[in-house]
Amino acid sequence: MRFFEYESRAVVAKAGIPVTKHGFARSPEEARTVAEQIAGPVVIKSQVLTGGRMKAGGVQFADNPDEAARHAEHVLDLEINGHMPRGVLVDSRASVKHEYYAGVVWDGLRKQPVMLFSDMGGIDIEEVAEQHPDHVARAHFSTTRPFSDWQAKQLVASLGITGSALNRLTPIIARLAQLFLRYDMTLAEINPLGELEDGSFVALDAHMDMENEARPRQKALLHELGVGDEETRQAREATPFELAGEEVDAQDHRGVAGNVTEFDGNLGLVIGAGGGSLTLFDAVRAHGGQPANYCEIGGNPSVRKACGLAKLVLQKPGVDKIAVMMSIVSNTRVDIVARGVIKACVELGYDPAEKIAIFRIPGAWEDEGFKILEKYGVEYADRSVSLHGAAKRAVEKIQGGAS
Amino acid sequence: MSILIDENTTFIVQGITGREAVNLTRECLDYGKGAKVVGGVTPGRLGRDVHGVPVFDTVAQAVEHHGAPIVGSVITVPPAFTKDAVFEALENGIKLVVIVTERIPRGDVAQMVELARERDARIIGPNCLGIIVPDVIKMGGIGGPARDAGKSYSPGPVGVISRSGGMTTEMSSTLTAAGLGQSTAVSIGGDAIIGSSYAELMPLFEADAQTEAIVIYTEPGGRMEAELARWVTENRSRLPIVAFMAGRFMDEMPGMSFGHAGTIVEGKEDTATEKIARLAEAGITVAEEISQIPEIVRAKIGRSPIGQARAEAEQSDQDAGLEAPRS
Repeated sequence: MRFFEYESRAVVAKAGIPVTKHGFARSPEEARTVAEQIAGPVVIKSQVLTGGRMKAGGVQFADNPDEAARHAEHVLDLEINGHMPRGVLVDSRASVKHEYYAGVVWDGLRKQPVMLFSDMGGIDIEEVAEQHPDHVARAHFSTTRPFSDWQAKQLVASLGITGSALNRLTPIIARLAQLFLRYDMTLAEINPLGELEDGSFVALDAHMDMENEARPRQKALLHELGVGDEETRQAREATPFELAGEEVDAQDHRGVAGNVTEFDGNLGLVIGAGGGSLTLFDAVRAHGGQPANYCEIGGNPSVRKACGLAKLVLQKPGVDKIAVMMSIVSNTRVDIVARGVIKACVELGYDPAEKIAIFRIPGAWEDEGFKILEKYGVEYADRSVSLHGAAKRAVEKIQGGAS
Repeated sequence: MSILIDENTTFIVQGITGREAVNLTRECLDYGKGAKVVGGVTPGRLGRDVHGVPVFDTVAQAVEHHGAPIVGSVITVPPAFTKDAVFEALENGIKLVVIVTERIPRGDVAQMVELARERDARIIGPNCLGIIVPDVIKMGGIGGPARDAGKSYSPGPVGVISRSGGMTTEMSSTLTAAGLGQSTAVSIGGDAIIGSSYAELMPLFEADAQTEAIVIYTEPGGRMEAELARWVTENRSRLPIVAFMAGRFMDEMPGMSFGHAGTIVEGKEDTATEKIARLAEAGITVAEEISQIPEIVRAKIGRSPIGQARAEAEQSDQDAGLEAPRS
């Protein structure tokens, strides 16, 4: 999950890394108040979870509180890449002598975090790494031993930095590495990390991503930052349809019937499991079909949950038919899913034979499942029909029905 | 032969009294020649048994009861307790840890991997279904109940490695139906950091005389496929590889994760398109559909003895019109 810049700044400050004097504002009046407190030239920065703020006009400079309020009013109304800002950050304009970069990410191959440091800050680090590889230093570090200052010192010194800059940078980089692990981040980045005229260092911008799986144990920090459980912070905000899918999945703890993502096609999908869903979604599109949604079922969900998910998909505007398909299941019971999707059709007043284009779930309890499907005249397939074959059949039926 | 496990492999199940673990234990005992599940661990449940397997409070008690080192452990405890359970296994001499649990933060996984390296042990998973040697043994829920696993898996020349547990079975079943059995199938897990990647398992398959070809299931996210492509090229592998890439639609949706936690695309190399290109460059054929896999495997190993398989396979690819896709 991604953090807004103002939240990332709070995390950085909490870890003991100096930041410029700043404040978060949701209205022009609040922006004016912050600017008055800063009592100097300020920058107004749009708070959106997307890049390209500067280009879009989401970053404005102001010399006095009146100007700050005016700019804030404009920036607060400015949509950037489809995102409306949550507010603005009012930041003091520091006199920066030099810009550095410091970041920590996971290296999935080494299975360790890696610190990145560069004396060319303020631009995209991947660009620097490509064009000026000698200006980027890297160091992996252990997750089982405490992170120690010398590791940061060695990293910084490897770029030829010495004197007071080295000694002031060392604790900042060390604290960044420590906060990365402490708060289960997947990205912790300070860019730029500014060296001011007086030789001190401050984080001028920060970018933090936390691992979704760690949210339960990072409740305290999230609470402190005011991040609610309902905020998914995915690249795209959840739609009402997707939120309804989460409600279905939360009905009970048995299995999964959710992870819904909305698309705008006419073929509703009740698919699973993880890899099966990815394969089937591709397969439907490869055969010219238009999925109305992505979703996942698995882990033996209850009849109620399977029914709830099928109902949600069936009721989605524009959905003509649903396809119920999974890769071979071992712990999900075929008969339970069959019961669930048939119940959904019947309760909504539909004929299951008409609404379910294909049911392809081979595996545990399949004979029992197929018996039920037969009773209702639903077309089904066992493992002799491939995932792509089943997807193709569903697309043929929905296209045949439309013409 | 097989990799990782064989009929003599002893293992325990940590979290054995959980509902899923009880089923998994039954399945492992029933499958093939019957797994040697020598104990289970659930704190506070010493003295009980699960399908005849004695339950202990600690791994140390299980090892003591067994009277000899225990090779493996299947970890089925909730995510908040997984790291501790894995540490306990490793510090008690377990050399092969299969982690079934999902939703474990990467920081924990990295710690487990680090300790495993220090103890000269191997981790499979997390978020995986385990390992199966057809008709011999299975370690984990892979393939489901013995009867169902028997329908999908059969002994033969193909090594299977998959980031999806369900797709391990789907692909193996397709191979089995086409008369191509498996030497060993490994569900390696769907997370961003896992104990054993494709490239880390390749040397084991390379050394296994029974294995003549490899089939892998891959997804967007991470650099494991690039690592495999590099490994294959650098080590001049004798084993032809056929890959299936799911989740191609995700390329249009940067920053979103589907299916498994590990599918989050965080860099340029992570997309399906990039991965397919990289695999193809290394001579790995990427199948468009699962049902094509047996045909491609057969073309690669069919007429050629082990060792020459590679050169002739390329020729037969061209004959069959099954060139690796360019993008």
